[in-house]
Amino acid sequence: MNREQERLIMDAGDIARALTRVAHEILERNKGVKDLALVGIRTGGVHLAHRLAKRIQEIEQAPVPIGDLDITLYRDDLSLRKEQPVLRTTSVPFDISDKIVVLVDDVLFTGRTIRAAMDGLMDLGRPAEIQLAVLVDRGHRQLPIKANYIGKNLPTSREEQVQVLLEEAGEDDRVVILKA
Amino acid sequence: MSLKHKNLLSLAPLSVEDIQLILETADSFKEVSGREIKKVPALRGRTVVNLFFEPSTRTRTSFELAAKRLSADVINFSPSSSSVVKGETLLDTARNIEAMQADIIVLRHSSAGAAETLARGVKSSVINAGDGWHEHPTQALLDLYTIRERGMAFKGLRVAIVGDVAHSRVARSNILALTKLGAEVRVVGPPTMIPLGIEKMGVRVFHHLDEGLRDVQVIMMLRLQLERQGRALFPTIREYARLYGLTSERVKMADPKAIVMHPGPINRGVEIAPEVADSLSSVILDQVANGVAVRMGVLYLMSGAN
Repeated sequence: MNREQERLIMDAGDIARALTRVAHEILERNKGVKDLALVGIRTGGVHLAHRLAKRIQEIEQAPVPIGDLDITLYRDDLSLRKEQPVLRTTSVPFDISDKIVVLVDDVLFTGRTIRAAMDGLMDLGRPAEIQLAVLVDRGHRQLPIKANYIGKNLPTSREEQVQVLLEEAGEDDRVVILKA
Repeated sequence: MSLKHKNLLSLAPLSVEDIQLILETADSFKEVSGREIKKVPALRGRTVVNLFFEPSTRTRTSFELAAKRLSADVINFSPSSSSVVKGETLLDTARNIEAMQADIIVLRHSSAGAAETLARGVKSSVINAGDGWHEHPTQALLDLYTIRERGMAFKGLRVAIVGDVAHSRVARSNILALTKLGAEVRVVGPPTMIPLGIEKMGVRVFHHLDEGLRDVQVIMMLRLQLERQGRALFPTIREYARLYGLTSERVKMADPKAIVMHPGPINRGVEIAPEVADSLSSVILDQVANGVAVRMGVLYLMSGAN
């Protein structure tokens, strides 16, 4: 990737501070970790969910169950595509029924991914509540979906591309806008 | 990475990457099959037609379940084999099915090449679910999946395929797949059941079971087609069982961790002793379970819009 075409929006420190704040907000709203579970949406949300879980554990001294959700099979464009997207596995190794499930994703954009994720989650059980945490909310929703926890609100134009790059994926931690 | 094939007629045109993609896709569906609600909406609005000209319970049920778990609509079409007079009738039947807007046709037929003929005649995707003595690609794929699930690597894997290799579409598809992935494949059986020149497919031939099984990590038994008795392939079922039946004594010739596979339905006491079929090394029921996941994977990958 050509770095010159990137505009830096958040650096490693910004991301760390945003996640710490979001972890506190999750705990404040839910009054601790009782019945709480984190589910990261593949692939970007998975790493962030693990980072949040680590912070929550540090703050509360109690572990929180964590899962990975692949939403591919729930996409609304499968019947329109010529070639089907590659599947990744879903791994939610606990019963989500009656849990407060916080879905975690990197960028909230049209909301279609979150719609798919909620359908996917419902097939795994009946959570008491689903909440949504995102690192970046870039606007342009196509569905009536709203995040409960937002790392950064980022006004963008529709053509711009927002990318969250993370150490776990072999990058330096940063959020950038790619010029169209 | 995506599957670039419109049809699945044979293992021959698949690349190693294609095979890996199918197996990895099946992993996701294995997870789905373990859920309480074993259904995903991926193929909503798609129609899968099971066109079975030969009786088959296992394969048809497996495809049907796979399609249903993907939320596709499934039609089972089983014209009685007596009414089938090869090519013309097959295509006529297929045209009827096309008129019903089928997206994927799953075909089982007693003539080798039937799936190929069908694929040329229709716009729908065609999956070969067994054509004569030719191929049965999804069976080979589910066998591969089962081997891989046991943590075995294909490169250098020693596999013995035992029985009536000449009349087995399962054997042919497995030989193509396993040799492609770098496995060392042996075929074991009496000379009447091993086709001449099969060495060209990259396999070694053994006529003696104990020798053929020595140190293998996978024992793949083929069903003895009892209806073939009297066609001079073997004198009696008892003699066949004595010479080529897999007993627990003979399993000891193989690697201590060897697994025993069989595409079913098994003839207990003929090609496989009951205590072997029910032993811990037997993965026969895993094969059945994995069949659904693998077929879900194949249906999913082939369901791209035309």
